[in-house]
Amino acid sequence: MIGSEIALPTLSEAAKWDRAQELPSALLRDLRGSGLLGADIPPVYGGLGASATELGELCARVGGLCSSLRGLVTVQGMVSAGVLRWGTREQRDRWLPSLASGELIAGFAATEREAGSDLAAVRTEVAEQGDGFVVSGEKLWVTFGELADVFLVLGTASGRPATVLVEADRPGVRREPVRGQLGMRAAHLAHVEFENVWVPKENLLAPIGFGLSYVAATVLDHGRFTVAWGCVGMAEACLHEAAAHAARRTQRGVALGAHQLVRSLLARSVTDTAASRELCLRAARVRTEGAPEALVETVLAKYRAAEAAAAVADRAVQIQGATGCAPDSLAARCYRDAKVMEIIEGSAQVCELHIADNLLRQHGFRRGTGDG
Amino acid sequence: MQTQEQLHEFLTTSIGEPLGLDDDYFELGLVNSLFALELIKFVEHRFGITIEVADLDLDHFRTINRLSDFVAAKTDTVSRP
Repeated sequence: MIGSEIALPTLSEAAKWDRAQELPSALLRDLRGSGLLGADIPPVYGGLGASATELGELCARVGGLCSSLRGLVTVQGMVSAGVLRWGTREQRDRWLPSLASGELIAGFAATEREAGSDLAAVRTEVAEQGDGFVVSGEKLWVTFGELADVFLVLGTASGRPATVLVEADRPGVRREPVRGQLGMRAAHLAHVEFENVWVPKENLLAPIGFGLSYVAATVLDHGRFTVAWGCVGMAEACLHEAAAHAARRTQRGVALGAHQLVRSLLARSVTDTAASRELCLRAARVRTEGAPEALVETVLAKYRAAEAAAAVADRAVQIQGATGCAPDSLAARCYRDAKVMEIIEGSAQVCELHIADNLLRQHGFRRGTGDG
Repeated sequence: MQTQEQLHEFLTTSIGEPLGLDDDYFELGLVNSLFALELIKFVEHRFGITIEVADLDLDHFRTINRLSDFVAAKTDTVSRP
């Protein structure tokens, strides 16, 4: 399977990064050319050309080790997917080889102070000026925003959604690293300010007016898919650890696994994990077919997998007791990271709206217009 | 089933209310960002075409008739009588 040969870090390394709240620069250097950051980019652009299932399994492997690193795979894949789907031939040729190799790290700058789940409310201005655009606005919680070489910025041009690629070294780009967040602590989050940043016209991705419903929607769909699979990896890792602990640990001469209440926790975790994996496989299958249901199937998979990861991590901490609460415990880290998964790339509640809307419209209910 | 009919069936089922062939479902506020992309995927999947960035003109997508014309042009077939 494509991607299975990529060497990944150990759990103890991932724990150190979480504590240090950063990925080591040596790791980022080593990732260049490994294929991890361009797994599903076509080989013609230097990627591995992984199928949806192969990309998913890779994200599960990475997610089971380190959600922050999986976050890098996700955001790189999101921006690459946007360029691959809606870039001109020139834009694809210019950006995709560097993104596939990891020579360039990408950030998706969408969220603002007044625009989170409702991205139609973004206020970042993309103003036409001469042979380019001037970008002005402040973006929050940009994953790998501290390190990104290029940002895909969602803004508004004369009231219409627009997406532009903004190189981080352009005058007027400022970033403020965020530390101490609940989860994904090594994901180099940053708030990024764009103060009158000029970019050439060639940096506009898709025509003005198509930034939200086409570019951002494509980017977020890709993000949901990789986050969903990352959650499967987290749940599987936590389940494995909890089961091993329950089988090994004895109290008053009785293994924890002999207690019916512990067995109940494990059984629910097995079921949640298996269900989320099956939904992710189903989403991968529909994505491969290119069917329109792929979007909703991906929302469904992400919603269930994030919920499952949070529940399974919670039970893993509970079963392991003090060990589960220890500073470098995988379960504790996943417990924090999984909560973030229920919020990013479409909160659980926004996912529920889409899922319910999809069901209701099949029964004649008028489609809602609430955007995610 | 002709292109226009297939589009009509998909759109009315998806939107959940009757639509005229020239009703602008974007203007009527019946389309959210997820569905806009879903519509692209449906057209590509059903008619075996690829919608590229050069095709991104909302006038191609805003009504059933216009979308049908767009598909016909892309597939080089006349789908409307």
